Amino acid sequence: MYVAVKGGEKAIDAAHELLAKKRRGDRSLEALDTRQIEQQLKLSVDRVMAEGSLYDPPLAALAIKQAQGDLVEAVFLIRAYRSTLPRLATGVPVDITGMRLERRISATFKDLPGGQLLGPTYDYTHRLLDFRLMADGDVTEDAQDKPSATDETAPETQRPYSPAEGTPSVASLLRQQDLMETLAGESNSPAPDLSRDPLEYPTDRRTRLQALARGDEGFLLALGYSTQRGYGRNHPFAGEIRQGLVSLCIVPEELGFEIDIGDLELTECCMVNQFSVQADGKARLSSGYGLVFGNNERKAMAMALVDRSLRIGEFDESADSPAQQEEFVLSHCDNVEASGFVSHLKLPHYVDFQSELELLRRLRKENQE
Amino acid sequence: MTDRPGQDEAYNFAYLDEQTKRMIRRAILKGIAIPGCQIPFGGREMPLPYGWGTGGIQVTASILGPDDCLKVIDQGADDTTNAVSIRRFFERTAGIRSTLITEEADVIQTRHRIPETPLKAGQTLVYQVPIPEPLRFIEPSETATRRMHALEDYGVMHLKLYEDIARYGHVSTAYAYPVMVNQRYVMDPSPIPKFDNPKLHMSPALQLFGAGREKRLYALPPYTRVESLDFEDFPFEVQKWDEQCALCGATDSFLDEVITDDEGSRLFVCSDTDYCQKRQKRLTQSSSEVRKEELAS
Repeated sequence: MYVAVKGGEKAIDAAHELLAKKRRGDRSLEALDTRQIEQQLKLSVDRVMAEGSLYDPPLAALAIKQAQGDLVEAVFLIRAYRSTLPRLATGVPVDITGMRLERRISATFKDLPGGQLLGPTYDYTHRLLDFRLMADGDVTEDAQDKPSATDETAPETQRPYSPAEGTPSVASLLRQQDLMETLAGESNSPAPDLSRDPLEYPTDRRTRLQALARGDEGFLLALGYSTQRGYGRNHPFAGEIRQGLVSLCIVPEELGFEIDIGDLELTECCMVNQFSVQADGKARLSSGYGLVFGNNERKAMAMALVDRSLRIGEFDESADSPAQQEEFVLSHCDNVEASGFVSHLKLPHYVDFQSELELLRRLRKENQE
Repeated sequence: MTDRPGQDEAYNFAYLDEQTKRMIRRAILKGIAIPGCQIPFGGREMPLPYGWGTGGIQVTASILGPDDCLKVIDQGADDTTNAVSIRRFFERTAGIRSTLITEEADVIQTRHRIPETPLKAGQTLVYQVPIPEPLRFIEPSETATRRMHALEDYGVMHLKLYEDIARYGHVSTAYAYPVMVNQRYVMDPSPIPKFDNPKLHMSPALQLFGAGREKRLYALPPYTRVESLDFEDFPFEVQKWDEQCALCGATDSFLDEVITDDEGSRLFVCSDTDYCQKRQKRLTQSSSEVRKEELAS
């Protein structure tokens, strides 16, 4: 009797032991090395870094290993670790035009300064299972016979990154011709930090973009998709998508000048959206913006769609659809919050449920009388 | 402080860094100054999931001193899995003493119950809160509910209670029953059964409420007036059971139902395990005393 809630302590220990065993799987197979995950499951690593909002590939790989590949669980591990880290410095805004590009495409211009660069993409692959990957054979071995990717003498198409000579953005090219909206002057106030200060409504665009950048890819994808299907349509064109490396710089107080502390891989998407009349009476194109850690075009595009749809206040549009409602989107896009609250339904609710039962039985009794 | 026995030295005392604790303590002080008002705070990601008590854990971590004794309950019980997990978290990160006995605790973190044993002055009860906004299920927008609190615009809440009575003959809220604090703020007492609501009123203990995911906290200083919302002709009343606790015979405590076979047999036991065990001990003592007396005669 009453054993169901007893022995919680022992049960937890046993459950953790079983979990460790399950995580390891068949011991006759070699254990996964986190470096293998970092290299060969890089897109998982990128997603965990983006939604965990911590740029650290080895730690993201560890989180993926520890979570048995459950990426939402891995994001949670990274977030929990992140909150123990001190703030050492604030970075200088990264120079996106100076990005060493691995990929850069525009769906709005056939050719443009800097050119189109296809890069490593699943676009145009035929989604046929490659059974050679299942056998021990390494399909890329053939490719390795070709000149090394880092080899300076390799043909241009084989080099991983373009030189950092600067590639103008499509948005800036459109702005030059006064066809693209001018953005409100940059605020001099320090950027808000969502991980330090609670979200308060209404927010500004800087805070919204932060929330979207760490928001759940699946949720943003569905919301972005919903705008395309008519729930808050905003006529998007993929003005530009670029992915590559940028330098992260800080200005230490004691030095007073900028130093480069390393590279960040980023994916940026600029959507060009339907035009509207601005304050000076001229119609200009509007835009939506997405920026994500690592290589993740799907997320960057979804983010740009949702960013534009949340800018209803700037364009005198009404919040008729879910993707246009700031509170709906921002309060529900974080998968650490969402999965925590959904999973808490597994916790005992004996007391609340008993209260409901008592009331239900009383109502029944009174009905019979 | 890191030389405390049992404390994991990889983390600061009680996990959070001192700056974060200070930020939370400031928000707590503000909450105490404005009883029942929801104070936004810069909640951090904790190593336990949102929805599993991260708000309560952050509040407890911020107020816990090295000499404090901690009790953690979930649904009234010390041995439910999540209560065990949170108690272990603080034993590991703060190396503090813990107890199962209500009277011995300086800080009690709770989910969904107030202990049956009356609290004393000097004790602090920390509630885990899932949805801090009592108006949320009537008005989903935070912007709108903040305005309603500012204007004391609580008509919709009374309307909801009225509609319940019109439809069912009763207010259909059996837990997380809204209260009016200090005649100013309508507050969600967290999902405690309405059975516990009277214990909120004029409690000698400090009561703190933490909602981690929603990044809000609020407080009831000792001896605060807390009234459950009702109508003159439909006064607030708490749950009653026809049964008594099968283990200790209590008729005055909140009872959980346990189904004992597949033919619908069930029995009721106290949800507050500490209260129940104390009563059981007293019962066996008094019965053995009776037996001694019988033997003596």
